[in-house]
Amino acid sequence: MFYLLAGFAIACAISLVIHRNPLYSAISLVGVFLSLSCIYFTLAAPFIAAVQVLIYAGAIMVLVVFVIMLLNLDDDKPQTRLRYLYAVGGALGLALLAQTFFIFYAVMRTPQEEVNTEQTVGNTISIGRAMYTEYLLPVEIVGVMLLMAIVGAVVLVRKLNQPQLELVVEEELERRHEEEEIDDYRIAL
Amino acid sequence: MFYLAVITAAFIGVLLIVAYTVLAERKVLGWIQGRLGPNRVGPWGLLQPFADLLKFILKEDLVPDKSTKFVYFLAPVVAITCALMPMVLYPFGPPITTIDWGFVPLGLGEGITQLPLTIAQIDVGVLFVLGITSVGVYGIALAGWSSNSKYSLMGGLRSSAQMISYELAMGASIIGVVMLAGTLDLNGIINAQAASPFKWFIIPQFIGFVVFLIAAFAETNRVPFDLPEAETELVAGFHTEYSALKFALFFMAEYVNMFTVSVMVTVLFLGGWYTPGLGRIFEVGSVPFAIASHVGFLGKICLFLFLYIWIRGTLPRFRFDQLMNFGWKFLLPVALANVILTIVIVYFLNT
Repeated sequence: MFYLLAGFAIACAISLVIHRNPLYSAISLVGVFLSLSCIYFTLAAPFIAAVQVLIYAGAIMVLVVFVIMLLNLDDDKPQTRLRYLYAVGGALGLALLAQTFFIFYAVMRTPQEEVNTEQTVGNTISIGRAMYTEYLLPVEIVGVMLLMAIVGAVVLVRKLNQPQLELVVEEELERRHEEEEIDDYRIAL
Repeated sequence: MFYLAVITAAFIGVLLIVAYTVLAERKVLGWIQGRLGPNRVGPWGLLQPFADLLKFILKEDLVPDKSTKFVYFLAPVVAITCALMPMVLYPFGPPITTIDWGFVPLGLGEGITQLPLTIAQIDVGVLFVLGITSVGVYGIALAGWSSNSKYSLMGGLRSSAQMISYELAMGASIIGVVMLAGTLDLNGIINAQAASPFKWFIIPQFIGFVVFLIAAFAETNRVPFDLPEAETELVAGFHTEYSALKFALFFMAEYVNMFTVSVMVTVLFLGGWYTPGLGRIFEVGSVPFAIASHVGFLGKICLFLFLYIWIRGTLPRFRFDQLMNFGWKFLLPVALANVILTIVIVYFLNT
């Protein structure tokens, strides 16, 4: 089961990198998230699995797909300028691979124990308890940071020197009114 | 194997109900508009769903020349899969505890003494249903994009925007119920209400109930929120370019989604399979009790399915800016206020 899901995840990840069309990449990423979520399920962490689907696949990637559809980008041409980035990317990839192997090695070395599924970290109750007692401060800091991000986005969208919408509408109405008056005047003449 | 049989039975049952919902919709719409509705196939038009299915299968399957083929084929599959997946969590009835299933031949029922009438019991049922329905957006969005037609694209865009917006209000309206029940498990939520009809969450959570119902209409793309397929503006919206069985899949997905949402309303606010008085007539945990409870459950669901049809025959469609304003500026604040109110009340009740 694990190898099936992991294989699907890896296949999706490869197609994510290979495809030039951003929409295909986005769909592949959704596939990665879904198979990850299935793996969480098999690891007795249903809460994390559900949240993974709900937030990553259901909210964030839908927004990404939405934007891609709106822009309707053409297939990108391969860029030749950033050659040196290939080297950097390759080196980083190798580092990640080494890290993965190290984690595998470390997991193999630790003694295997049976875990009670009622008490795993993926349980709703244990997550809630940990978040609102032990890690309360980090949770609140994250909350404030997200709020800052929202406020920042709103500020960026509303340019400061932009005239208020109501004023524009009023001006427009006044202009139309004047035109109508002029028209009435003409008809009267 | 035993469970496989149970699952198959549930699957066929749900699909039959969905097929007859389509017939009921056409009949009821006919009555509302002063017509008869389908009445040619079978007595009283009762075989109409099968005739429709046969027609969908036999029709020529057209694929637009400039569509993105892979995604075009993927989209209906995603839509129907995501629509059917919440089925594993439907609490069809109370667990049957009085029968030892050892008499089933071939040793299939060996050792099964307790038969929950749910396919899978997951700790986070509510979240799972929300997550799966939110993935269902891809079916519609991808269908709109891959058809390479402006009407389809508009339909897909509208639908994804609408579903993202109303999902928030829907989630927020559920939080109140989850807080009162103290669990995310669907059967747990029913058990929290299974004492008397006055304990149903529709009473303490009436605001949540209304918000959930409205958001559910938007999530299933039904009138008055059917902008993704507004036929006067967008031909047929996201499925304009789909024909034959692929269209049938979208069609079916919509009705299965309606069913899912009705199940959720029933479970969250109306006590699920709990029907008052049944525990006195039948022995709790016996087969007649389970069947009677199941009938009660289906009755509540049919009530909401009828509500869907009724509203379709009654209300006009929103304009898109009205839809967005309503979702973000009215529904979401109301749902959040309800959450805060519930938090305060639950806190004071507990101290």
